[in-house]
Amino acid sequence: MTNNFSTEHLLGIKELIPEDISLIFQVADNFKEVINRPLKKVPSLRDVTVANLFFENSTRTKLSFELAEKRLSADVINFSSSESSVKKGESLVDTVNNILAMKVDMIVLRHPNPGAAKFLSERVDSKIINAGDGTHEHPTQALLDSYSIREKYGDVKNKKVVIVGDILHSRVALSNIFCLQKLGAKVSVCGPPTLIPKYITSLDVEVTYNLEEALQWCDVAMMLRIQLERQGKSGSHNVGYFPTLREYAMQYGLTKKLLDKVNKDIIVMHPGPINRGIEISSDVADSGQSIILSQVENGVAIRMAVLYLLAGFAE
Amino acid sequence: MKERVILESDQFNLVIKRLCCELIENHNDFLSTVIIGLQPRGIFLANRIHQILTEHYKLDVKNGTIDATFFRDDFRRNENPLIPNSTKLDFALEGKRVILIDDVLYTGRTIRAGMDAMLAFGRPAKVELLVLIDRQFGRHVPIQPDYTGLKVDTIEEQRVNVQWQESDGKDKVILFTS
Repeated sequence: MTNNFSTEHLLGIKELIPEDISLIFQVADNFKEVINRPLKKVPSLRDVTVANLFFENSTRTKLSFELAEKRLSADVINFSSSESSVKKGESLVDTVNNILAMKVDMIVLRHPNPGAAKFLSERVDSKIINAGDGTHEHPTQALLDSYSIREKYGDVKNKKVVIVGDILHSRVALSNIFCLQKLGAKVSVCGPPTLIPKYITSLDVEVTYNLEEALQWCDVAMMLRIQLERQGKSGSHNVGYFPTLREYAMQYGLTKKLLDKVNKDIIVMHPGPINRGIEISSDVADSGQSIILSQVENGVAIRMAVLYLLAGFAE
Repeated sequence: MKERVILESDQFNLVIKRLCCELIENHNDFLSTVIIGLQPRGIFLANRIHQILTEHYKLDVKNGTIDATFFRDDFRRNENPLIPNSTKLDFALEGKRVILIDDVLYTGRTIRAGMDAMLAFGRPAKVELLVLIDRQFGRHVPIQPDYTGLKVDTIEEQRVNVQWQESDGKDKVILFTS
């Protein structure tokens, strides 16, 4: 196993090589053991200051990053755009440079614009971790998803994964496609034609519009959240890409009835937050086949591993 | 690079047996004593000692492994990040007498980190250090072993390598001089 990490920032899964991902998983294994100890903290990042810059709402990712940073003994400052000078018209680079002037070593950035993390990495002298940039990538989510599949099945290679739902607006879908393919899994997407981007087949991904067929094929069903905030304002329930939420739930919602009909040992994942009764029914989300809560636990270990590896170089 | 074998297989095993006898002398039935091997290379010695104590002397001894990587003081001082090894400790250390085991003691920094790592699992009553090779006069911190297999006098340019049958095919200790 190599101990070289090929990148200085974590901007997206696309830039990583498979060896980087294996290294992150290997280190995450050790952190998973650490966070299950009675004393869950290690001092590795005690001289590192991390700024969590969230220009978009987030609960779980922000908490998960903050917990990971604190478990590594880093100093943490939090920033969210709703309560900041961004409202007064300050640009992203200016905001970040002001924060860096306070001697911050790493930045965790969530931003509504695709490419924001890359833009920043080229302009400021700090290590950047992308925590979601618009509809582009969400690398740590994809890493924790693949890590959870690896934990369940032992390996990701040759596993069949279907990503169901709003592929068009989903950074989780894009990062997962890159990550799963780099680890040797087969990926297909399923959803209403309006929510599947045209170019998706160029990523070597199968497309199906029938959820039952997709479930027959797969080992893992990754349900995505219907992003109501990105659906536009037309139609009922603010939905513009499909007639109604009820129709979506009937066609593409994962229910116990459907899973029983397929009668296969499929594991069910969801990046959260869940719209219960829309993309996934409550009895599936809370069933033994669902690994949604271990995804959340693994999220902390994966983020600790990423922070640890990126901070680990001599300056 | 010149190499010299300083401990051959027969002698090597004799030394380990002697270390086990010293442990029994001080810890009797091992009721409140546990042994912990330090990753990555100390675990071979800990396993060997554990094997002798349980199989030959029929003692019930708990054996764990600890990785000190996250507690090292040279993190962010190398070109590459330090890659951790696994920690396996399925018993609490609260109130126990702990024998910390490593193959080579040199600067003492690994042992310092190991003791920090150990504290996450409780407050031991007492901690002792057992090493196979003590490279004297190279210490950076005030740490001394309680049980020593062999003391060697070395200079900074030299390197001591302990090889194990389990991983390297033969039990021996080699001194490299560049």
